[in-house]
Parts: sequence; C-alpha cells; structure tokens
Amino acid sequence: MLSLETITNNVHDWLNNHVSSTWATIIEMLIVGLLVIGLFAMLGLILVLMERKVSAFMQIRVGPNRVGFKGSLQTLADTLKLVLKEGLTPKGADKFLFNLAPYVVMCAAMLILAPIAFAKNFQIWDINIGVLYISAISSISVIGILMAGWASNNKYSLLGAMRSGAQIVSYELSAGFSVLCIVILTGSLQISDIINAQQNGWFIFKGHIPAIISFIIFIIAVTAETNRAPFDLAEAESELTAGFHTEYSGMKFALFFLAEYVNIFVVCAIGAILFFGGWMPLHIGNWQGFNQVMDYIPSSLWFILKVFGLIFLIMWFRWTFPRLRVDQLLNLEWKYLLPLSLVNLLLMTVVAIMGWHF
Amino acid sequence: MYRTTDILTNTPNTSLGEAGYMVINVGPQHPATHGVLHLVITLSGETIINVEPHLGYIHRSIEKMCESLTYRQFIYTTSRMDYLSSHINNHCCALSVEKGLQIEIPDRAKYIRIILDELTRLASHQLWWGAMAMDIGAITPFFYAFREREMINDIMEETCGARLTMNYMVPGGVMYDLHPNFQKKVKEFIAFFKSKINEYDEILTGNIIFQNRMKGVGIISKEDAISYGCTGPTARGSGVSCDVRKLYPYEIYSSIEFDEIINNGCDSFARYEVRMQEMKQSLKIIEQLIDNIPEGDFQAKTKTVLKLPKGEFYTRVETARGEFGVYIVSEGGTTPYRIKFRSPGFSNLSALNHMAKGNKIGDLVAIMGSIDLVIPDIDR
Amino acid sequence: MTNEELKLFLSEKFPSLIIEEGNEWLTYYTEANEWKLLANELCSNISLQFNFLFCLTCIDWKTHLTMVYHLTSTTFKHTVVIKSKLNKENPEIETVCNIWRTAEFHEREVYDLFGVKFLNHPDLRRLLLTDDWKGHPLLKDYEDPINMIKL
Repeated sequence: MLSLETITNNVHDWLNNHVSSTWATIIEMLIVGLLVIGLFAMLGLILVLMERKVSAFMQIRVGPNRVGFKGSLQTLADTLKLVLKEGLTPKGADKFLFNLAPYVVMCAAMLILAPIAFAKNFQIWDINIGVLYISAISSISVIGILMAGWASNNKYSLLGAMRSGAQIVSYELSAGFSVLCIVILTGSLQISDIINAQQNGWFIFKGHIPAIISFIIFIIAVTAETNRAPFDLAEAESELTAGFHTEYSGMKFALFFLAEYVNIFVVCAIGAILFFGGWMPLHIGNWQGFNQVMDYIPSSLWFILKVFGLIFLIMWFRWTFPRLRVDQLLNLEWKYLLPLSLVNLLLMTVVAIMGWHF
Repeated sequence: MYRTTDILTNTPNTSLGEAGYMVINVGPQHPATHGVLHLVITLSGETIINVEPHLGYIHRSIEKMCESLTYRQFIYTTSRMDYLSSHINNHCCALSVEKGLQIEIPDRAKYIRIILDELTRLASHQLWWGAMAMDIGAITPFFYAFREREMINDIMEETCGARLTMNYMVPGGVMYDLHPNFQKKVKEFIAFFKSKINEYDEILTGNIIFQNRMKGVGIISKEDAISYGCTGPTARGSGVSCDVRKLYPYEIYSSIEFDEIINNGCDSFARYEVRMQEMKQSLKIIEQLIDNIPEGDFQAKTKTVLKLPKGEFYTRVETARGEFGVYIVSEGGTTPYRIKFRSPGFSNLSALNHMAKGNKIGDLVAIMGSIDLVIPDIDR
Repeated sequence: MTNEELKLFLSEKFPSLIIEEGNEWLTYYTEANEWKLLANELCSNISLQFNFLFCLTCIDWKTHLTMVYHLTSTTFKHTVVIKSKLNKENPEIETVCNIWRTAEFHEREVYDLFGVKFLNHPDLRRLLLTDDWKGHPLLKDYEDPINMIKL
C-alpha cells in the first residue's frame, strides 16, 4: 500500500544512488526544511478556517462562506491582507527585541515539529530524549512573549506579557507531570518507543484511572499554555489590557497569530502521541482479526483524526466557557492541579510497579 | 476634551508614584463599557483603590431642550435616553401628562401599554445577559440572546414601526391600534422563550467559572444601596424592596399577579439572579394579559394642544434598570417650565466606586455588567 | 405616618417650615441655613427615617433659585418634598452628601448646570460638561449663540 514510509525510503535510495552521501543528506535537509515551512503555512491556513467554522457552528451562524469554495480560501485572503498592512514600530520601542520576538516564537513552534511522528517511520528526528526535548523547547516561546511585551514600550503590553509569562511557566509544571506519568508506563523518553508500546492498546485505556486523570490535567494545562480560552486573559479584549501583541501589525502580527495555531496543533499532537497512540491504530489486546482490520486504515489518517479531534475539543472549550481571572487561574494551578498531578504520579508509579495496568 | 495632566493632578487621592499607585483610563471607547463611559482607575498592582467616572460624553442637554418642546413632543426624547427601555420611558412621560390633565385612558390602551412594557423589559434583560456574558469571556451566549431579541424586535416592528426607538405612546393611550398578528406572534414567542430560559441557566448560571467570577464581587449592603439611591435590580440584589410596580402601582399592575424578586446576596451574582427571575416574571405577566385584551378605543380623546395646569407633578415607573421618574414644573403654558428626568443609571453609577474598591481589575467588568449601565440614560 | 401626622410632627419640631399647598405630597419650604439640621433630623429620627433621597434638583425662577429635595422612607413608606429658596447672585446651600450618599453626584450635576455652590461638598466639580465650560446652561438667562438655536 502506498504509505509515507515507502515514499521517504524511495527518495532516500534514489538520492544515495545518484549523488554522494553528503550531498544526499544536504538535499534531504533542504527538502525537510521546505516541508516544515509548508506544513507551518498549511496548518495555519486550515486551523484558522476550522476555528472560524467551528465557532460559527456553535453560535448558530454560518461562518466564512464567500471566499473560495465554502470559504476555504478565507485565511489566504486574511494573510494577504496582513502582509499588505503597514508594519508600525512604536517610538521608543527596543527595535532589535521588537523585531526578534515573533521569530523566536515561530522558531520554537517549528522546532517542536521535529520529534513528532506523523505516520509509521515518518519522523524528522527520532531523538532518544524526544519528550524532554519537547518540554524544553516549548519553554523557549515564553521568552519570545516576554520580549514582545517588554520591547513594545507600552504598559498594557507589559502587563499582558507578565500575566502570560506567569501563566505559561506555572502550567508547564502540570503538563510536565502528566507527560511523566506516561513515560513511567513506557520506560523510555523516545517517541517511537512510546508509540510502539501502545501496540496492544492506547495508554488511555491501558493506564486506566491514572492515565485518564493525567489526560484531563494535560488538556487543561496545554489549553493554558497556548493562551486559549478560558485562560486567555492575556489577549482578552474586554479586559483592560490588550495583550502582548498589541503593538504588532502586519506580517509580525501574522507570525504571532500563526504561531499560536501551530502551537495548538503541536500540543494536540503530543497529546495524541502520549495518550492515544500517535499513528498506532486502535488495537485491543490480542484480538487478531480486529487488529488486522484496523491496520488497513493508513497510519497517517489515524494520526490526523486523533489530532484534529483533540483540536476540536480545545476549540470547543473556547466558545463555551467564560474567562478566568488571573488570580483564579494561578490558584487553579498551584493549589489544585499541581498537588493532584503529584498524587497521580505516585499512583501511576504504584500501578506500573505492581503491574496493574492492562 | 480633558488634558491628561488635568485628570492626574486634579483627581483627588491620586498622584503618580505615591505608594506605587498607577492611574489608568478605561474608555471612553472600550468594548466593555456599555456606551461612552470614561473611568479613571487608581490601581495598586491589580487591586482597585479608586474608580472615578467621568461623564458627559453623550450629554445632549435633553432637559433644556424639553423646555421648548410641547407636551406631545417631549415624550420621544426619553426613548433616546435609555434606548433599551424606550417604551417604558415613553409610558412614564405619557402618564405624567395624563396625571396633570386628569385624562382617563381606555382599558384597551392600558393593556397594550403593559404588554409592550414587559416585552421591552424582556428585550432589555436579554441584551444585558448577552453583553454581560461577552464581557466575562463567554462569547456564544451573545448570539443566543440576540436570536430571542430578534423575535421581540420583529413584533415591535410590525406594531410600532420601529425596532429600537419605538415612538408609540401618546398622552391618552397609544398611537395606533395593534397589528392583527400581534397576539399570535406574542404567544409564539412566549412558548419559544420559556424553553430557552432554562437553556440560559444551563449555559451560564450553573457554570462554575462564571460563579467564581461573580460571587463575592461588588458587594453593597442594604443600607448603602438605599443611601446611594440605587433602584431596580441593583438594589433588589441587596435586599431592598423597591419595585415601583408593587409599591406605587400604575395602570393595572395592582390587579396582575406577579412576584417582586428580592435576593439578599448583595453581590454581583445576586443581581444576576434577580434579573434572570425578572425575565420569568415578565413572561408570567404577559401570559396573563395577552388573551384578555379588551376591545375598545386605543386612545382617549384629547385636545390637540395640551396645556398642563400650573403646578408640579412627579410620576415614576419601573424600567429595566430601576425607577425612572419625570418631574414636571409647569407654569400653565404649552411647554414645560422645567423637566427633571430622574434616571436610574445615574444613582446606580454613583455606587460603582463603593462596589469596586478592593476588587481586581477583572472584577470591574463583572460589576459594571451586573449594574447594567446604559450611558445615554446617565448623561441625558 | 399619614400626611396629617407628618404635618403635626414637623410643625412641632421645626416651626419655621412653611407649607406649600396643592401638591400631591407634603411640601415644605425651608431656609437655606436651616437645611442641614432639618436633613439630619429627617434621616435619623426613629419615627421619620427618610433614608431614600430619590430626586434632587433645582428650578430657576428668574428672580431666585429653588432647590427641591424629594425624600421617602423605605420603612414607613411616607414621602415629603423639601424646597429651599436661594438668591440668584450667590446661591449657596449646605451639602447633604454625608447623610444621603446619592447626593454626591446629584449635587455635582446641579452645580454644573445651575451654579449652586454646595458648602462642604467633598469634590465639587463639573460633572456633565467639560471642565473649562463657561456659564451654567440650565439657567433661564443662559446665552450661547453657537450652540443654542432659537426658533
């Protein structure tokens, strides 16, 4: 069957047969770089449109439906508009940091795409500390946000950036603990190991209670990390401050905007990998027949379905819940989620040692 | 209009740098202030020390204008004041002229006026609910509220000819008779809305995030509410019984069965609950009246040129925001000598500083939403 | 209390009050310098308890100004109207902010539109008009050739 794995293998073989191996590596790097940038752009396009259509569906209206077939080219039109806008830099802003901030955020978002497995044997870099790498790089985007807030020379931007920074740093802890729970079940930080360990069932079923608690905490934590509602006070319009990206316009704002949506994709992809098996089809224990039928559906399709399911869930949150106040938000993390995740970690350790998982 | 330095130096209790206080402006153009309201807020970190409203951005000197308008003309300036309760305001002015001239209005007109009043109250509370949810951060309820409000607007458009400033009340009754579809449409609306009110409770009232944002925020005690002159749901949320429809009944309110909703919570959530229950009570009132509209004239015969006798008259009604009063001083001419409109928002706003002290900035939006401010009503 | 009882009570305590007949509620005229005492008594007296000031306004009678205060009691449900004549050149009266907090904004509005000075008001500034506006618009002799259109 035509799978992404065979395509990559064919390309690799063809290149090695025709040019020397160093050139082959360099050409492969270029191809991968172009694909990542292309994926970044495509994801931005699709997710922004998806958000608008999903929100319209929940608000009993139609959403964009004029530009392109049923509104599919709407984001393209929006990006074109943003590119053509005048990029203003406020007087007194720190020019170097002001210009650097969107690129830092965007690069962090793109770097995390490296260890994610989109299909069977279709990873850019299967590093042996995959999960740790992801946690580390996602912390770099905080620097970008703080830079944006500080360099804007605007007290509302600074307030928004500080709030956002505090929020992201706090919720990284809970997210990290949820991820650790799954690592306990696997015994390895490598992404391909984690996925292969879910051969006979996804971790959310195998790990039963601790894994489900871990998943719930993970979803709440990543919603807060990506500054999505109900934790979006850093960019809330009806509050006082308008957020760290107030002073950005034109292409730089477009980069922040796209980077936010790619972040959502990335954290949902991590959630899918850790809890729902990544590209692994739904297998149930030793039911050979069932498993074989499931294997017919290509692995990339499984991955896409899972990730977009989680993205829909996160978008659903945004249009249902009101916003939390900043002290309630930090309260939630430090007084409720963190102790709960510590207890859950212990529980998962006990379950793993005693072998009480499926 | 104001030079920035004047605001900072002349505003009492503020000066930059003193004990780390920061002074910021909210408005006049701002998504969360309902109209053009300029608030100068003194903050210490995230805690509010002082809120000072600067009014007058939409002051149109209505009271002075009315001194040169006849008694038939001045009624419609009030629908531009509190545009969400336009029928109720017009009703008050019509009542005051009728009181001065001792006109008896026919029963049919009374029924029509009350049904339209209650529909207006419902529409106003629906918009309040949607806008409040949007300020707190839940954007979806806004669309649901407007779907129902559209139904009321359609009914108004058929009968009165306009959707927002419905100039329909005249001294003596109403301007035209009801549209033939009126009863049918109102009954359809009642049946539809009854199921939706429970939906409103499910989406927002029971939501724990919403409750945490509203409970314990913006507390005003009963004595303070009376002292600040608060009326309407703002006062009833603190336990003050002040519904004009019950205390000083006008038209046929004394013969209709409905409850006055009082909640002793004293915080924003109590005010929220009062308005939700008021919506249900309005539905109850309309149900009692819609089938029994008597036949007859819709307008009493009055002279073309109305002249109120020398003296002074005060009339009050219950709008969606509180007690609206019209105080006319007449010297016997065709135009009033002095009119004072006692608007409910003016007194409710004066309590904002008291309610917001000590809370965080995020709470300010919740408090303003729960008081339900309409700024043209305050500035007149 | 009914109107009769109120009349008796008030005429005993404050013999200098003058009744104005022909209005729906009991209306009294008081001197400007006695207003503060009267207001205190009306609010704090156990059998009166006029705790709700629902309308505070001023009327320009061309020769003098009249302040009008509408008071009611939420416990006893009786209403009284107190008026006070002020002279036109220098209209001054005591503030009642510390008795009824609603008066803060209402008195600022009357100062803005009529020019009445309220003694001991905590923050007497213009409320509805801009800070640098000249004149007091609701007075009958206010002239503004730019903004006022006379038909």
